[in-house]
Amino acid sequence: MADLRNNFVGIKSPNPFWLASAPPTDKAYNVERAFKAGWGGVVWKTLGEEGPPVVNVNGPRYGAIWGADRRLLGLNNIELITDRDLYTNLREMKQVKMNWPDRALIASIMVPCEENAWKAILPLVEETGADGIELNFGCPHGMSERGMGSAVGQVPEYIEMVVRWCKQYTRMPVITKLTPNITDIRKPARAAKNGGTDAVSLINTINSITSVNLDTFSPEPSIDGKGSHGGYCGPAVKPIALNMVAEIARDPETYGLPISGIGGVTTWRDAAEFLVLGAGNVQVCTAAMTYGFKIVQEMITGLSSWMDAKGHRGLDDICGRAVPNVSDWQYLNLNYVAKARIDQDACIKCGRCHIACEDTSHQAITQYVNGVRHFEVMEDECVGCNLCVNVCPVQDCITMVGLEPGTLDERTGKVVEANYANWTTHPNNPMARQAAE
Amino acid sequence: MGTTETGIVSGRLSPAEYDRNFADLHPPLDEHEALVASDRCYFCYDAPCMTACPTSIDIPLFIRQISTGNPIGSANTIFDQNILGGMCARVCPTETLCEQACVRNTAEHRPVEIGRLQRYATDIAMRDNVQFYERAEPTGKSIAVIGAGPAGLACAHRLAVKGHDVVIYDAREKAGGLNEYGIATYKTVDDFARKEVDYVLSIGGIDIRNRQMLGRDFSLNDMLSRHDAVFLGLGLAGVNALRAEGETAAGVEDAVDFVAALRQSATKADIPVGRRVVVLGGGMTAIDAAVQAKLLGAEEVTICYRRGKENMNASEFEQDLAASKGVTIRHWLQPKRILTRDGNVAGIELDYTALEDGRLVTTGETGVITADHVLKAIGQTFEADGLGAIALQSGRIVVDAEGRTSLERVWAGGDCVLGGEDLTVSAVAMGRDAAESINRALAAATQPAAAVA
Repeated sequence: MADLRNNFVGIKSPNPFWLASAPPTDKAYNVERAFKAGWGGVVWKTLGEEGPPVVNVNGPRYGAIWGADRRLLGLNNIELITDRDLYTNLREMKQVKMNWPDRALIASIMVPCEENAWKAILPLVEETGADGIELNFGCPHGMSERGMGSAVGQVPEYIEMVVRWCKQYTRMPVITKLTPNITDIRKPARAAKNGGTDAVSLINTINSITSVNLDTFSPEPSIDGKGSHGGYCGPAVKPIALNMVAEIARDPETYGLPISGIGGVTTWRDAAEFLVLGAGNVQVCTAAMTYGFKIVQEMITGLSSWMDAKGHRGLDDICGRAVPNVSDWQYLNLNYVAKARIDQDACIKCGRCHIACEDTSHQAITQYVNGVRHFEVMEDECVGCNLCVNVCPVQDCITMVGLEPGTLDERTGKVVEANYANWTTHPNNPMARQAAE
Repeated sequence: MGTTETGIVSGRLSPAEYDRNFADLHPPLDEHEALVASDRCYFCYDAPCMTACPTSIDIPLFIRQISTGNPIGSANTIFDQNILGGMCARVCPTETLCEQACVRNTAEHRPVEIGRLQRYATDIAMRDNVQFYERAEPTGKSIAVIGAGPAGLACAHRLAVKGHDVVIYDAREKAGGLNEYGIATYKTVDDFARKEVDYVLSIGGIDIRNRQMLGRDFSLNDMLSRHDAVFLGLGLAGVNALRAEGETAAGVEDAVDFVAALRQSATKADIPVGRRVVVLGGGMTAIDAAVQAKLLGAEEVTICYRRGKENMNASEFEQDLAASKGVTIRHWLQPKRILTRDGNVAGIELDYTALEDGRLVTTGETGVITADHVLKAIGQTFEADGLGAIALQSGRIVVDAEGRTSLERVWAGGDCVLGGEDLTVSAVAMGRDAAESINRALAAATQPAAAVA
């Protein structure tokens, strides 16, 4: 059996699956249930400063997009940080940590961008026995209008400043949670590192309007006829999150900085992808909110089975394994030539590869051969774009096959070369550098 | 009463049992079911299902319209090709047409439920009485359509759309043809055939004259003198005779009459059926009659067909349906004579048959099945009364690709023409295409020659 034990910046948990700071982690009742179900850790729903409780809207807080059969693909929310009393939360956190000493319990915090505010709350959190803190610089709605959440996360200087305060006023590990609502995710990550953060976690939710009611012309979720942009999450955001995780993982300035991966993790496979792209563990929310806490059992067994099948003994064997393969476009091998191949035994003759290629790409797939409905790649036209693979409804029916060096590329009339060559030295590149002799 | 009383009697079942037995065979899809079912469509390019449809409905498009919450647009797509799309959704043997061609069969042996989806969209449009077509400017032309079955109705509708005036002459009490009289009750419940006729006629410009029979009340020449063109959608009015001893005994009945009587009965409690029923034949009518005999409370129902399972015209689905209702299907049995007692059917003696050098022969063995009710479903025939010199072949009207007969100004379509497929949907296609041909011919006759220079 693969060893799924996780050590993330010194915080130990029996597996790398944490619940993200969100409604599922708002109180002891939920967190106890989560731990019973098997979650390795939780990031408690974000605490605010002492004072009158946060007020939420009293209408719908969530919007969604669905696939067929109402499979939830994306969720957004306009809920704010915890609306419960600070001391109630702290008391419950302490009790839960005592009850579950082997699980990770992290406190998410969001207070105004003032040194005293952070200085005041950190000892209170530390007293609970929490394993670490996560700085919520991500929430894109509501709190950001008050100068917190993503309003901080969008200004690297603020990030660095607040992280520095936190490292100064607590011995707990600091995880800085980043907003994706920014052009270059490396900038806030670098700032967090410069401030001394122990780790970053990302992504928080993405600014979004999930849909518009075409009868009332109100964005959804609609609060008395009006809507506000909310934070988007769920399976739909995973590709964005994966890229941002990878960008930080391979940035020389942040290389090696621990990352807690968040964004659409729904299955063990999603989690594994985050891990191999450089995350040290993952945080989950939407999948739990969709299906309940039991899903962690699928994640644990799935990750474990895959690791067993591949001979990976522990998380260290897989974390970051894909990072060296993430490259800038300019370094991709232009001598690699692939062609689509259609498995005629698997083909169901729907014609989608043909029409996608014919209407929108390179006119490289037949519709008829000798008067019979027959879909076949014309290698002299195929540029290897992969669109046919992506639109084919049958898995593995169309595959991309790399041409062996020495074979003829019928499209270009050139023989495939064995050597690696990229854009930086390509003759068509006016900025081409001389290849080093 | 019950199922064990011998003889042909009505009221074998309780009202609740009749209601249950004759309810909708395939209940309509609700909205969510339709969305799930429609999502399975791959939106194939040049889709095989569309090619397989005799009316060439753009199936991928209408299903995509359902999946995006646009059932009205979907119905429009369907009706553009097939104004009787509602009935076809119910009665088409989809398993041998569109659904057989569905690429999902290759992928996972389960096609997209095209028929039920078509019903979903057309039901909504018809329920809301959405009208998609307006008549063109009146042409002043008048066309006689003879027969208010699927071919005649489709033809009349398309002609009305083009601005022509149409008079439909139909021999029976009600319009609809086989849709009204010839289809099992559980395939078209709630008086759907009548509602569909009303929906088709709501285009306007179509006048229906019932109880008007070609050869009895008028001749083809009468029609040609009164109208600019004639479309013959006569169907098959005759039935084949058994030509066996005892055929005239009480209790021997044509299956088409049995099926028609069922359709015209509100409660079914008034339709008599035997305790032990034998149905002769291997087509859809045989199945419709046998299944409904069972549903009426017959204790035993046996279909006897003189060839093998693979030769039956009834589809695999229909055969399975019959089996699931408790009908026994026996092959390689050919009626020899009807056995009678006191003038009533008492049984049927059958020859065992076999194929010998490709020819059907009797083996010399015989057997007897006890029966008090025999339903003949051994084929229908075209009756050509009143058609004059029109060209026939194999007893059916000869038409060209556009539906033109050998006579000037006379078109034909549906089951009465040579090459007709005994399918509602094929009849609709022929009626529609003949209307287009008629329209072209009438337009060509009226348009002044265009100047060349």
